[in-house]
Amino acid sequence: MRNKLLFLLLLMATPFVMAETAEEKGLAIALETDNRDKGWQDSAAEMKMILRNRHGQESIREIRVTNLEVEGDGDKGLTVFDTPRDVKGTAFLSYSHALEPDEQWIFLPALKRVKRISSSNKSGPFMGSEFAYEDISSFEIPKYSYLYLRDEMLDDMDCFVLELRPQYKHSGYTKSHVWIDKAEYRTQRIDYYDRKDSLLKIQRFQDYHQYLDQYWRAHTMTMENQQNGKSTTLEWSNFEFQTGLTDKDFEKNDLKRQR
Amino acid sequence: MILNDSAKSGLKVACIITLILFSQTTLSYELSGYIAAEYRFFQHESPSAEPGRHDTSIVLAPEFYYQWDDGQQSLIISPFLRVDSDDDERTHADLRELQWLITDDDWELRLGIAKVFWGVTESQHLVDVINQTDFVENNDTEDKLGQPMINLSLFKEWGTLDVFVLPYFRERTFAGEQGRLRGPLVVDTDAASYESSAGRQHIDAAIRWSHSIDDWDLGVSHFYGTNREPLLRPNATFDKLLPFYEIMHQTGVDIQYTDESWLWKLETIRRETSSDTFLALTGGVEYTFFGVFDTDIDVGLIAEYLFDDRDNAALAPFEDDILMGTRITWNDVQSTELLVGAIHDLSSENMSWNIEGSRRIGDRWKVSLEGRFFGSKQPQGALFAIRDDDYVQLELARYF
Repeated sequence: MRNKLLFLLLLMATPFVMAETAEEKGLAIALETDNRDKGWQDSAAEMKMILRNRHGQESIREIRVTNLEVEGDGDKGLTVFDTPRDVKGTAFLSYSHALEPDEQWIFLPALKRVKRISSSNKSGPFMGSEFAYEDISSFEIPKYSYLYLRDEMLDDMDCFVLELRPQYKHSGYTKSHVWIDKAEYRTQRIDYYDRKDSLLKIQRFQDYHQYLDQYWRAHTMTMENQQNGKSTTLEWSNFEFQTGLTDKDFEKNDLKRQR
Repeated sequence: MILNDSAKSGLKVACIITLILFSQTTLSYELSGYIAAEYRFFQHESPSAEPGRHDTSIVLAPEFYYQWDDGQQSLIISPFLRVDSDDDERTHADLRELQWLITDDDWELRLGIAKVFWGVTESQHLVDVINQTDFVENNDTEDKLGQPMINLSLFKEWGTLDVFVLPYFRERTFAGEQGRLRGPLVVDTDAASYESSAGRQHIDAAIRWSHSIDDWDLGVSHFYGTNREPLLRPNATFDKLLPFYEIMHQTGVDIQYTDESWLWKLETIRRETSSDTFLALTGGVEYTFFGVFDTDIDVGLIAEYLFDDRDNAALAPFEDDILMGTRITWNDVQSTELLVGAIHDLSSENMSWNIEGSRRIGDRWKVSLEGRFFGSKQPQGALFAIRDDDYVQLELARYF
C-alpha cells in the first residue's frame, strides 16, 4: 500500500515533467490496468485445463477456484481439483503477497492431511501444465518493474506493449512482454522470456466477458511453449462475483471441507 | 383432513427428504473412489512355516457423498474392503467414514465415523492419536481405521479448537498365521483385553488447539483414553501374543516453521500409562530444490531425528534413529513421484529402507510401486522379527 502511494505521488508529479520516461509510462499503464480491476471483492469460477503434448495428445483437469481480493496485499485463493480422479478433493490454499513469500497449504484427501508447503516454487509447472505458479498468481504492482516499449496493433486492437521484469525471488523469467489493449486495459498477450533471455512461452487471452459492468475476464487462455511444443488451454466458466465470501472462507480449516 | 402430531411430523420429514432428493439446486451427490489390484513379492522365505512369498489382493474403496443446505451439511460414506489371497486377517472390511458434517462460519460439527490427521513430520506421526492404525494394510502405520466420534471445531481469532468425544474403540489389526510382516508369534486379535473395565466402550476424549501465525503452524493436543498401541504379551502356552490396551494420557505438541524452501518440523509427546511414562520426539528439516538442472523436477531432502526415552526396543523401535530421505517430484502430466528413505537406528545399527513411487496412466489409472527392506543385525531390535520380510509391491488402481 505504501508503495502504491509512492507510485501515485510519482504519477501526480509527472505533469511537471514534460517528457515522461518509458519507465513512468509503463508504470502508469500498469497502475491504470490494476485500478480498473479493483473492487470485485470475491469471485468463484470453474476451470477446465487442457494439456497438449507435442503429438497433440490431450489430458484434462477440472478445477474450481475461489478468490478473495485483499486490499494492499496479494489475493487469497482456494483451488479444488475434481479431475484427474486420483487427486479429486485435493485442495490448495494460497495467501499471495507482492514481494514477501506467499503462504500456501495443501490438503491431501487420502491422508486427511493439511500440509504447509514451501512457496518458493514460483517457476514450477502447475499440475503438469505449461502454466507456472507465477503465471496464475494474483497481479500486484510491486511484483514487477515496468517499461513502456511501443504501441502496436494486435488482432485489430490498438495495444500498449510493456516490458515487465519480476522483482520477486525465484522467478523463472528474466522479463515478459505484455500487450494491453488501449480501449479497456485488458491483457491480450504475454511473451515470457526464460532465465537465458530466450522466448519461452506465449500466452494469449481470448473470449473476454465483462462482469458487474466493470471487470473483464478472459474465458480462454492459451499458453504455448515455444521450446518444447507443448501447450495448455484454460477454459473458464461460471464466473460469479461478490458472492459474499470472506476471510473465513480462506482458512486452513476450509481445505478439509472442500468437495 | 386432520392429522395427528406424529403423522404431521412424519409428513414433514417426508417432505423435507423429497425436497432434498429432488431439488438439484440444494443437493448434490456423487460417487467416487477406486478399485485396485496389488501384488507383493517377498524376497525371502518366511521364518514361520505358513506364509508364502507371493501375496495378491484386491481393494474396493468407494465414497458416496451427499451435500445439502447450500453445502452447509454433508454426508460421506466410505467403506473399504480388501480381499487377500493368503492372509485371513488382511482380508478385512472397514467403514473408513460414515460422517455427517454440519458447518457454519466459525464452527463445524462432525458426527459419526471419521479420520483425523494431526502432525507435521514424515518419518512417524507421534501426535496423531485419534484413529487406530490399520496395521495389516501397511506396516508404515499410515493407514487408519475409521473412528466413531463427535467432533466440534471452533474457528476463532486465536486459532482452532477441536473437541473430541470418542465413544468406541477400534482394535489394531495384525497379520494372521498366513500373513507376512509379523513376529514368530501371531497376535490373537480375538483375545484383546483392556485395562478399563469398560473395555472398548470406554469413552475417550481429546482436545486440540491449532493455529497458523505467519510462518509458524502450531498444534497442542491432549488425549485421554485407550492407548491405540497395545502391549503384546504372550499367552500361557507361549504360542500367541495377546493385545492388552491400557488407558493413557498423552500430551502432544507439533510445530512447523516454513522459511521459503526450508520446512522445520517438530513433534513431541509425553505419554503416561500405568506401566510407563515416557517422552518421544521427532524433529527435522525438509529442503526442496525446485526445478533442478533447468528441468521441472523438484528434489526434496528430508532429515529427521527420532527419539524415545523408553529402553525397551520392542516397544520403542525409534528410540535413537535418523531418517534420511528424498522426495522427487517430476511435475509432469502423469504426476510422477518417488520417495526414498532410510531409517538408521544409531544404537543398534539396524536399518530399514523404504521406496514409494507412483505415476498416473491416462486419466483414471495409477500405478504404484513400493519396496521395504529391513536390515537387522541385533536380535533385540524391533526389526529382527521381520528381518526376512523384505518385499516389493506393485499396485494398479482405477479411479472412478
